[in-house]
Amino acid sequence: MSSSDTGGVASAPVPPPAPVPDAESDVESDVVVETRDVVKHFPMRANGLFSRSPGTVQAVDGVSVKVRAGRTLGVVGESGCGKSTLARLMMRLLEPTAGQVLLEGVDITHAQGAELRRTRKHMQMVFQDPYSSLNPRHSVGQIISTPLRFQEGHDKAADKARVQELMRLVGLNPEHYNRYPHEFSGGQRQRIGIARALALGPRVVVADEPVSALDVSIQAQILNLLETLQANLGLSYVFIAHDLSVVRHIADEVAVMYLGKVVEIGSPAAVYGSTAHPYTRALLSAVPVADPKVASERRRIVLTGDVPSPVNPPSGCRFRTRCPKAEARCAEEVPALIDRGHGHPVACHFPD
Amino acid sequence: MSAQPLLVVDDLRVSFATPDGVVKAVDGVSFTLERGRTLGIVGESGSGKSVTASTIMGLTNSATASIQGSIRLGGNEIRGASDEDVRRMRGRDMAMVFQDPMSALNPYYTVGRQIAEAYKVHHPTAKKAELREVALSMMQKVGIPNPIGRADEYPHQFSGGMRQRIVIAIALVNNPSLLIADEPTTALDVTVQAQILELMKSIQDEFGSAIILITHDLGVIAEVADDVAVMYAGRMVERASAVDLFETPAHPYTWGLMGAVRSLDGSGRGSLRTIPGSPPSLIAVPSGCPFHPRCQFADRVGERCSSERPSLHGVGGTSSLSACHLPSETVVELLRSGVSA
Repeated sequence: MSSSDTGGVASAPVPPPAPVPDAESDVESDVVVETRDVVKHFPMRANGLFSRSPGTVQAVDGVSVKVRAGRTLGVVGESGCGKSTLARLMMRLLEPTAGQVLLEGVDITHAQGAELRRTRKHMQMVFQDPYSSLNPRHSVGQIISTPLRFQEGHDKAADKARVQELMRLVGLNPEHYNRYPHEFSGGQRQRIGIARALALGPRVVVADEPVSALDVSIQAQILNLLETLQANLGLSYVFIAHDLSVVRHIADEVAVMYLGKVVEIGSPAAVYGSTAHPYTRALLSAVPVADPKVASERRRIVLTGDVPSPVNPPSGCRFRTRCPKAEARCAEEVPALIDRGHGHPVACHFPD
Repeated sequence: MSAQPLLVVDDLRVSFATPDGVVKAVDGVSFTLERGRTLGIVGESGSGKSVTASTIMGLTNSATASIQGSIRLGGNEIRGASDEDVRRMRGRDMAMVFQDPMSALNPYYTVGRQIAEAYKVHHPTAKKAELREVALSMMQKVGIPNPIGRADEYPHQFSGGMRQRIVIAIALVNNPSLLIADEPTTALDVTVQAQILELMKSIQDEFGSAIILITHDLGVIAEVADDVAVMYAGRMVERASAVDLFETPAHPYTWGLMGAVRSLDGSGRGSLRTIPGSPPSLIAVPSGCPFHPRCQFADRVGERCSSERPSLHGVGGTSSLSACHLPSETVVELLRSGVSA
């Protein structure tokens, strides 16, 4: 347990709070953020004289997930599966087409103005690219203190102390308060982004691919930092990533998305260990393993073709066009996301 | 001639003069590569892996860069050869696949025309019908369904994976003996990455090309490479067969890289092992061993790490070469006993 590998943050081995058993009450007490059948369709604008009637991009189509206190929900999927749209719906950076978003039991689906701004205090976001998500003309002090300025009862005199406390918390040198983003490395910039997200003391941090732009050795530093912060501050995370091994490492619950729908959800041990959906299986087998012996021995499922367009997704099960097990029923009936005897919900008519 | 390796790179040094100082992008890299083999070059950003590749391809501008050392492909020296000679070799003897297939393709020309053009450069007398035939057969070989229908489409009409197949088709149309792929799957989704890696393997079987695969992803290396070179701050710090590298990483940096990789089976839960600090600037590379400020064993050796540059030397019982002052056997033993954890 050297302290250098967590960037100077004291690592306390505090176990996450035990999950409260699922009571079928309306709102469970330990659920911080919840989406209920949330849908986001983006209308496509007609652009041109001869354009036909435009369709809608069905980015997210009926997703229900729960983020529990002090826990991490991991969302994985390939590009275009709707994971980032889901993150933005939870953050209410986008307004859902249908369905509900709840923050600590309060419906914020259509919140606006001051009401919406109040929710920001509880929910903050960390972005993928630590270069474009920091204003190059603002000093680190300005960047981290910006969220503070927009809250009620803001005390400007206390900003500097608070910012320096945050910088220490994420393993940055507080003396670098007046430096600009270009003076920092990629990993340090991501720490700045995390400090900004923590400025208001949120309950939930939504991190959209927070480590995918970083080198592996730096990724590990940031992942360790996120885990330490979670243990010390009791944060809940929504962790969006395309990298299955990162999600396995950090998540307490994993949702696998394909074309706007959750196809499988459960604990990492369940989703990675007793995989039931053919898509999850293919996704897992596609991940390169850093061991040449395993790599040469294992059987790999190589999916044919590409992900279909979300403008006209396939009928029935959306994965059927690439699925090795597809049958006639798959084209007719949308498989429900229910437990089919695997101990965790799967949306497939013929699960493994 | 046949006993000679296809590619011999000897003490390659590439540096760029910038207003802030001299950037030593590649600093004394040597390796050989035989026909039909795949060499994986792995390293973090700024380790010099891409500059090594583009210098072999003759794409490093000699007006702005200082290039020293020797690069021999099939016995011909590339460094110092005239632009015209290098141009004649490029495409025919060596070809490159880049990370981003969209910017590697010209959006204004159909993909069929772009494949045909690469062929025509080295077959100037080829007739239109022959060019078309070649383009279609290449599209077939790289697994593009319905080549006849799709040859007349433009790059934007293809998905990312299909575009990368087109780029590979262009690279292979003249059957080069050396293919350099610089992060060929980094911009792609995992399921598509798996398709492209399969394609590269089957192409090597068919064409017998030697491949240099540059990546930051140790998983990709384990899947396709026969041999691996680990680069750090412009230098090669370890060289080994893929099996030996993953079984007994001999250099502390290699070991650190592997510790930072999460496993899929969940065995690595809990705190990840990290390498403290970040990679050095290539303008001010640390003296001696460039890794010593981040190395957990540096204080065991003492001053030598910061004063003397370690050379690559053999690691007992393996194919590995490692550049570390600590005897490799000691490093391997220390790492095995988990001394750092």
